[in-house]
Amino acid sequence: MLLRAIRAEFAKLLTTRIWWVLAAVLFGYIGLLSGGLAALFAGIQSGAIDPSAAGTGSQSTPPLGSLPPLVYSFASSVGYVFPVLLGALATTGEFRHQTLTPTFLANPRRAQVLGAKAITLFLAGGAFGAVALLASVGIGALVINAFGVDTLLGDSATWALIGRTLLAMALWAAVGVGLGVLVPNQVASIVIVLAFTQFVEPLLRFASMFTEATAGIGKFLPGAASDALVGASIFTVASPVGGAAAALDWWQGGLVLLAYAAAATIGGYFVSWRRDVT
Amino acid sequence: MPVGAVIEFSNITKRFGDVTAVDDLSFTVEPGRVTGFLGPNGAGKTTTLRMLLGLVSPGSGSATFGGLRYHDLPHPLATVGAALEAASFHPGRTARNHLSIYATAAGLPQARVAEVLHLVGLSEHGGQRVGGYSLGMRQRLGLACTLLGDPGVLVLDEPINGLDPEGIKWIRGFLRDMAAEGRTVLVSSHLLSEVQQSVDDVIIIAKGRLVHRGPLSSLETQVAPQVVVDSPDRAALASALARAGVVFSQGRTGLLATAADPARIGHIAFTAGVEVSALHRQKKGLEDAFLTLVEGSDSL
Repeated sequence: MLLRAIRAEFAKLLTTRIWWVLAAVLFGYIGLLSGGLAALFAGIQSGAIDPSAAGTGSQSTPPLGSLPPLVYSFASSVGYVFPVLLGALATTGEFRHQTLTPTFLANPRRAQVLGAKAITLFLAGGAFGAVALLASVGIGALVINAFGVDTLLGDSATWALIGRTLLAMALWAAVGVGLGVLVPNQVASIVIVLAFTQFVEPLLRFASMFTEATAGIGKFLPGAASDALVGASIFTVASPVGGAAAALDWWQGGLVLLAYAAAATIGGYFVSWRRDVT
Repeated sequence: MPVGAVIEFSNITKRFGDVTAVDDLSFTVEPGRVTGFLGPNGAGKTTTLRMLLGLVSPGSGSATFGGLRYHDLPHPLATVGAALEAASFHPGRTARNHLSIYATAAGLPQARVAEVLHLVGLSEHGGQRVGGYSLGMRQRLGLACTLLGDPGVLVLDEPINGLDPEGIKWIRGFLRDMAAEGRTVLVSSHLLSEVQQSVDDVIIIAKGRLVHRGPLSSLETQVAPQVVVDSPDRAALASALARAGVVFSQGRTGLLATAADPARIGHIAFTAGVEVSALHRQKKGLEDAFLTLVEGSDSL
C-alpha cells in the first residue's frame, strides 16, 4: 500500500514541468558558481592570479588542500534552496490546485499519503543532490585541474563528502515537504523559503559566530546543521571562532536536519493535512 | 458487473463556526435508480457529499456505503466514483497523466486510463494539458476519473454545470445507463429542470435540512392547484369571490384562486353577474413545486 502511494507521488512529481526547471536552474547556478570560484581560488593558489590583483588578500585564501571540498560543497551549501523549493511546491501544489480531493478519494489514509510524499521527495532531493554535484564537482574539478591544483578526487574523504552531500540534499527536500504542510499557502511558502535561506539564516549564522554562547545555538540552525553534515562550507571556513569548534559532528548535523523535517511534517499534518477538504 | 450499494446518511450534521451547514440529515439512496440531490446554492449539498466521501469530517452522525464509511472501504475507487464541483486538476498535467496518477494510487490497472478517456469521449485530447481544457471537457475528465475503478456507486456534484446541449443530452443517457446496470447514482443540482428528465427519486434540502424526499412524481402533489380568473371589472369579481369564501391573490394576469375548481369559480362569477374574460387552471411545473418547497423552508 505504501509502495503504491510512493509510486503515485513520483508520478505526480514527474508529470509537471517544475522538477526539471528547478534541476536545470540548480545545475546552471551551481556550475557557474563552482567554476568561477574554483578559477579564482585555484588561480591564486597556483600563482596564476596575483592575490593583490584579485583583491581578496592572502588572508582569505583557504589553506592548501581545503579548496576542492569547499568548491564541491557549493552543491549543498548554496544549492540546498532548490530541494526545499521542490518539496514545498509538491505539497502546496496539492492545496493550490485542489488535487487533495482526488488524492484523498484514491487513498483516504492521509497520513500514509503524507509519508509517501516525504519519502518520494527525500529520494528526489537526493537526485537533485546528484545534479548539484555534477555541477560543483564536475565543473569545479575541471577548473581546479586546469590550474594544476590537486582535485582530491582520488581521496576517499572527498567521496565521503559527496555521499553526505546527497544525504543533505535529500533531507532538505523532506524539510520542504514539512514546510509545505505547515504553510499550505504556496506564495507564502515560497517567500518563507527564499527569505529564510537567502537572508534570515545566513545573517543569524553570521551573527551567532562572534561569541561562544551564540555559536552553541547557531550550530543548530538548519543551514549550519546541513553544512556540518556535509563537512565543508564557505561558512565554516569564514567563521571567526573557528569552524571546527562551532560545528556539530556530521552525524549530529544529519540528525538535526532530520528532526527539522520530521517536526515540520508532523506539525503540518495536524495544521493542514488532516483538516476538512472543502 | 459492479454492484450498487445503498448510501445511508444518518443524522449527519456539520457546523462551520456559528453556521450550521448541514442539520441532522437522514436519508437513503437506493441502487438501480438515479437520485437527484437538490437544493439552492448554499443549501449544504456539497458539504453533505464531501462528508459522505470522507473529505469533510461530520460534526455528528455518519454516512455509509453498504454500512461502511468511505475511509473503511477496502477499495474506495472500485466502490465509489465521485466527481465534485471543484476543478481538481493541476493545469500543467495532461489528462492521461492525471488519470494515471490516481489509478496508480488506487492500485487500478493503467489500461483503465485509455478506457475511461474513450468512455467520456476525450481519447483525442488525453495528451493535452488540462489547463487548456474547456469547462465541458473538465467535467468529462472529472467523470472519467469517477469511472476509473468501474464503481457500483456514482456521486456527482453538479455534473451538468458548464456542459453544452450535446453534453447534457449525453450525460442524461449516461446516468440512465448507469442506473439501469444496477448502480447507485446520486446527482446533485441546484436546478430541478437540469435533472428532472433523468432522475427517479428526489431528495431536496434547504438550509441544511431535508425538506422533501420521494419519487419525482411525488413533487406534483406538493403544490395546491390554482385557478386564474379575470374580468373587465376585476373589483366586482374580487368581491364576489370574497363573498363566496374563496381564498385568492392578485396576480399579473388576473386573480389567483387557491385550491379551487375552475367550474366553481365560473359559477360564482355567473351568479354574481360578473363578466369573465379569462378562466383557466394554472399549470404549475415541477420547478415551481421545487421552489415552493425550498422557499417554504424559510418559515422552519
